[in-house]
Amino acid sequence: MNALPLILTVFVACVVEAVEALTIVLAAGITREWKSTFQGMGVALVVLAVITAAVGPAVGYLPLTALRLVVGALLAVFGLQWLRKGVLRATGYKALHDEASAYLREVAAAREAAVEKKRGVSDWYAFTLSFKGVLLEGLEVIFIVITFGDNQRDVGAAVIGAAAAIIVVTVTGFAVRSPLTKVPENWMKLGVGVMLTSFGTFWGAEGAGVAWPGHDAALLVLVPVVALVTAACIAWLRSREAAAAVPAKKSEVVGS
Amino acid sequence: MRRLKSFGAFWYDFIIGDDWHVAVLVGIGLALTAILTHVARVNAWWALPVFVFAALAWSLHRATANKR
Repeated sequence: MNALPLILTVFVACVVEAVEALTIVLAAGITREWKSTFQGMGVALVVLAVITAAVGPAVGYLPLTALRLVVGALLAVFGLQWLRKGVLRATGYKALHDEASAYLREVAAAREAAVEKKRGVSDWYAFTLSFKGVLLEGLEVIFIVITFGDNQRDVGAAVIGAAAAIIVVTVTGFAVRSPLTKVPENWMKLGVGVMLTSFGTFWGAEGAGVAWPGHDAALLVLVPVVALVTAACIAWLRSREAAAAVPAKKSEVVGS
Repeated sequence: MRRLKSFGAFWYDFIIGDDWHVAVLVGIGLALTAILTHVARVNAWWALPVFVFAALAWSLHRATANKR
């Protein structure tokens, strides 16, 4: 397979994660203290590097069929979680993930917390906030890079996509010194959900012994089909919502 | 013990998420695909997508059925 779709898929997925991590780091740095925030971020990056060094090569030694079965299953479940949340947000059943309000919530909590010096860190709250945010979002980035990279036997291309995403988001975020609210996060998450589900289904079925018609070209059909099914789910929930609203209006007329 | 529980809860939430039915349906889909392919000798490339789409629709139905 050409490396470009792999790079683009990993890039978009990692942009979403990087935006979320940046929101937390900015909230900690601007309202508390930059030194402790950077310390937290640095320690999280070291932990992530250790995890990558431990897990990455081990995954590479697994036989490709077993790897595709396990990773395909994980990616399909992971992707379906994203699709589920994205569809629920697109239809109003779940509140839209808004980086601006997430940032304000973090800022309010950070302002209320007391300053505590601990283990050589001058502001423990800023340190832990930054550490947790970078570690959690970083774990998702590692998961995506390792699974996509190992499955395509092209970890380098996956790393390029992830690194580009992190650099673009970090440079932009620190340049504007505010959360990236203009990023259409929900639609990007839906797009990433479509890609993760499609790749997961493709690799999972291959791992189970299937030979896809057209081999890798089947992905060119599978991705649009998953996108169409997602769009159909959004339309279905919206029409159900509209159908539920009509009898309510009728009963109001009858009753009035 | 509490740390072990929270460690387990973190990974459960990270991998399984809000609805465990999705993971179960994907698992059943994979098992059925493997059985059809290796035992019945049918190239069942269509089986897993069917289960994946069913899992999405079922999970969305469950999440929205009693809301509003």
